[in-house]
Amino acid sequence: MTALLLGIIHTWLVVGLAPMVTGIVRLTKARLQGRRGASVLQPYRDLWRLLHKETVIAESATWLFRITPYLVFVCVALAGTIMPTYTTNMLMTPAADLIALVALLATARFFTALAGLDVGTAFGGLGASREMFIASIAEPGILTVIFSLSLLAHTTAPANIAAFVLSGHVGLEVSAGLALGVLVMIAIAENGRIPIDNPATHLELTMVHEAMVLEYSGRHLALLEAAGMIRLQLFMSIISCLFFPWGMATVSSGAGGLVLGLAAWLAKVGAMSVALGVFETSIAKMRVFRVADYLGGALLLALLATIFLYVSEAV
Amino acid sequence: MIIGSALGAFVALGFLAILFNGRHWIHSLTYGACAALCVILAGDGLWHMVMGGHEAAPAIVLPIGIPWLKAHFRLDSLSTFFLMAINSPAALASLFGIAYGGHVPEARRVTPLFPLFLFAMNGVLLADDAFVFLVSWEFMSLSSWLLVLSDHTNAEARRAGLVYLVMAVFGTFCLLAAFGLLAGHAGAYGFAAMRTAHLGPWAGGLVVALALLGAGSKAGMVPLHAWLPLAHPAAPSHVSALMSGVMTKVAIYGLIRILFDLRSDVGWGWGFFIMVMGALTAVLGVLYALFQRDLKTLLAYSTVENVGIILIALGLAVAFRDHGAATLSAVALLAALYHVINHSLFKTLLFLGSGAILTATGERRLDRLGGLLNRMPVTGLTFLVGAAAISALPPLNGFVSEWLIFQSLFHAPTIPHWAMRFGVPVVGVAMALAAAFAGTCFVRAFGIVFLGRPRSPEARHAAEVPFVMQAAMAIPAVACLCLGVFPVMATSGIATVVEPLAKVQLPTALLGWPWLSPISPTDGSYSATMLLLTFIGLMLTTVIALRLFGTRRVRPAPAWDCGHQEDIVNAQYSADSFSQPLRRVFGSVVFNAQERVDMPTPGDLRPARFELRMTDPIWDGLYMGILRVVNAIADRVNRLQFLTVRRYLFLMFTTLVVLLLIVAIRQQ
Repeated sequence: MTALLLGIIHTWLVVGLAPMVTGIVRLTKARLQGRRGASVLQPYRDLWRLLHKETVIAESATWLFRITPYLVFVCVALAGTIMPTYTTNMLMTPAADLIALVALLATARFFTALAGLDVGTAFGGLGASREMFIASIAEPGILTVIFSLSLLAHTTAPANIAAFVLSGHVGLEVSAGLALGVLVMIAIAENGRIPIDNPATHLELTMVHEAMVLEYSGRHLALLEAAGMIRLQLFMSIISCLFFPWGMATVSSGAGGLVLGLAAWLAKVGAMSVALGVFETSIAKMRVFRVADYLGGALLLALLATIFLYVSEAV
Repeated sequence: MIIGSALGAFVALGFLAILFNGRHWIHSLTYGACAALCVILAGDGLWHMVMGGHEAAPAIVLPIGIPWLKAHFRLDSLSTFFLMAINSPAALASLFGIAYGGHVPEARRVTPLFPLFLFAMNGVLLADDAFVFLVSWEFMSLSSWLLVLSDHTNAEARRAGLVYLVMAVFGTFCLLAAFGLLAGHAGAYGFAAMRTAHLGPWAGGLVVALALLGAGSKAGMVPLHAWLPLAHPAAPSHVSALMSGVMTKVAIYGLIRILFDLRSDVGWGWGFFIMVMGALTAVLGVLYALFQRDLKTLLAYSTVENVGIILIALGLAVAFRDHGAATLSAVALLAALYHVINHSLFKTLLFLGSGAILTATGERRLDRLGGLLNRMPVTGLTFLVGAAAISALPPLNGFVSEWLIFQSLFHAPTIPHWAMRFGVPVVGVAMALAAAFAGTCFVRAFGIVFLGRPRSPEARHAAEVPFVMQAAMAIPAVACLCLGVFPVMATSGIATVVEPLAKVQLPTALLGWPWLSPISPTDGSYSATMLLLTFIGLMLTTVIALRLFGTRRVRPAPAWDCGHQEDIVNAQYSADSFSQPLRRVFGSVVFNAQERVDMPTPGDLRPARFELRMTDPIWDGLYMGILRVVNAIADRVNRLQFLTVRRYLFLMFTTLVVLLLIVAIRQQ
């Protein structure tokens, strides 16, 4: 019962706080660029405004175009529901391990790409093609990270990996460090952040994700934007759960532990949002075909992480 | 008894169809009867699986075949499982054929062979001696070869037929040699005798190699796959479904029969080799599929990929068994068999979908299609389910089997061997790449065919296919969902096959309900049922929240496209432009892809041209190389035809002397 209750609270937190994370990133970037910037609550206002606008649907669109925003939003929210953030004591956590989590995000991407192709415009196809290209290399990278973590912790369940890290059996592992680096690189690519994609631009030939959802408006756009925000925060939660689980409450923790876990999670996600803002300000976007080098490098590093495990074992 | 009469009925149907060849009703009748027989056979297989306990089943001996050899048939749990797994998709292909079979080109050449093809495939499963196995196998090859050639006026089909015939003969020859080695000096050609036979390490290794060549060439293992993407698409679509969805599974059956039943001492090295070949097959298969412009060829290459995934799991199972990890071996084998069912279902569905598209538009080229989802809603929806399932998306069935294979891969480094430890991560990356490419490949296939705006008048005027064809596609789509959401349905059934083969009790977590875990619940778990329930809950909440807080106003308008309001259909992405980024990255290395843009100078009135050249490294490198060597030898040997009588006599005399010498040496 507690697990169910904690799980429901968790879902609301994950969905409710996601726009705030985006707000913090935007505010950080604005301050660093010498602007005052909008308040961190601005993404909430944007979503609210979109919800009250009428939805324009292209005449050539099919039913797939209409259901995709719902599917994408719910898939990403579902992934957020499963990934432990402040406690591992949640009913839904065993429903999917990390592989299934990656597959859930792949489902969301599959439908977004199809929706991009649906209307039959040049920009939609461009976005879909590039998104699937990036995913084709990013997804194996993330699976390899999971592989090396599962070799360390002998499990693919995020809650158990967190428990393993907390148990202190893991010292300073080279492969864990490499895996963290790769996961950060891939998180940047999957969320369409600089240097892979620029979430702030429109009508530029380098855009990827924005090109796919160019035809969307009104509540459909609100859902897709919200899904993007949840995904950004989800990746931060993944990194904090797998590599920095300190403070996280477990099955045996009481109310104090839960409050501590919540505070720790908020602090970690907040710190990562500021870090992302700083990083994005300090780097330039790269050409689309350079992305293959970037992600290919990430994939090789991930492979190196698994192989280092054996080398360190043998030495 | 039931199975025997059903097989007899297949043969009778074939002859009936030849007898009434000219009549238009014979097509529907034959396919209808085939569907009924397949349902009976699949049901019988299912019933036997539920009842269990077939390990001690005696062989049935029939006095047919060569006079002094009798034919042995036996139905053990492995045959039972495959009986169910191949007849279910075969029933769907037959059902599709009721409406489709009469309209294919040269239908009169297709209909009589269809039941004979089904007969041969079932015969392979029931064989309990090498003789019946090989005869059925060859019958299967020849009947499918005739089906490929049915449209013999087409030059492509003739070329496919030639390549297929050569590869089929090569495969059967390898299997013949493998069974010959298994039978030993005594010539014990029954499977029961082969199980107890003791082979030396060299002979044992040779058997595995030959079995891999023979069954692998039929299943489409790289580099023996070259015939598959030519032959499978050349046949009519419901036959393509049978060849891709079913016949490759019969080949997998042959491999499992030899690797896990007849031989129980295959070394881990072979497991490693099979795993690496599987990884190569999976990645290359899907890379080829990514760049195809023909829908059916794309589907055929995707079959190659899935066979690779099955081979990875089989190789793992062999390696685990050799290291005494019987439970892990059973998990890997279960994952392989799970993927066998899944692939047979969604590949049948997708090929039937391509048949429906052919019926509606007469087109297979991706770049002539588009916007079919509005005109063919049922075909579109079912094809979407198939595409999502083959891309391993939850909650569909493809994900469950790939998840299980990933989980067994993640356990593989427990085998304390350097090759395994360094090889397995690389195989894992290859399989992850294959899975991700498959997603891209099927976004491209579905997106270009069903979405966007029509790229040709045929696509613009397409209409939905008849109800029977819709039903034949809807049933596997529902099955894909059920097998994905309730994996326990499949795992408990497959467990009855795996447990006798691996001689181990499977962990309850693997069959567990509702959580599915490979070994124990702490290893990681997956529950599609829970996911789906939560998904529905979240979806309802989202919809209600949007109704409460948002406006529901919707306005249709012309596509915005950043203000480009001109209705240029060709401005939308095509199949080639969709795969361009991946072609630049991978195609330039693997396929030597070269793009050339010929842009006229301003004022010049000729059109701009874009040229794309790709080469097939395996075909050009391996097959053409072999062909060149064979031709060179043939040229040399050709001289023997024009010798004088004196020289011929001399040659005969030398041969005689050499033979006598050999005999003399052996006598000592």
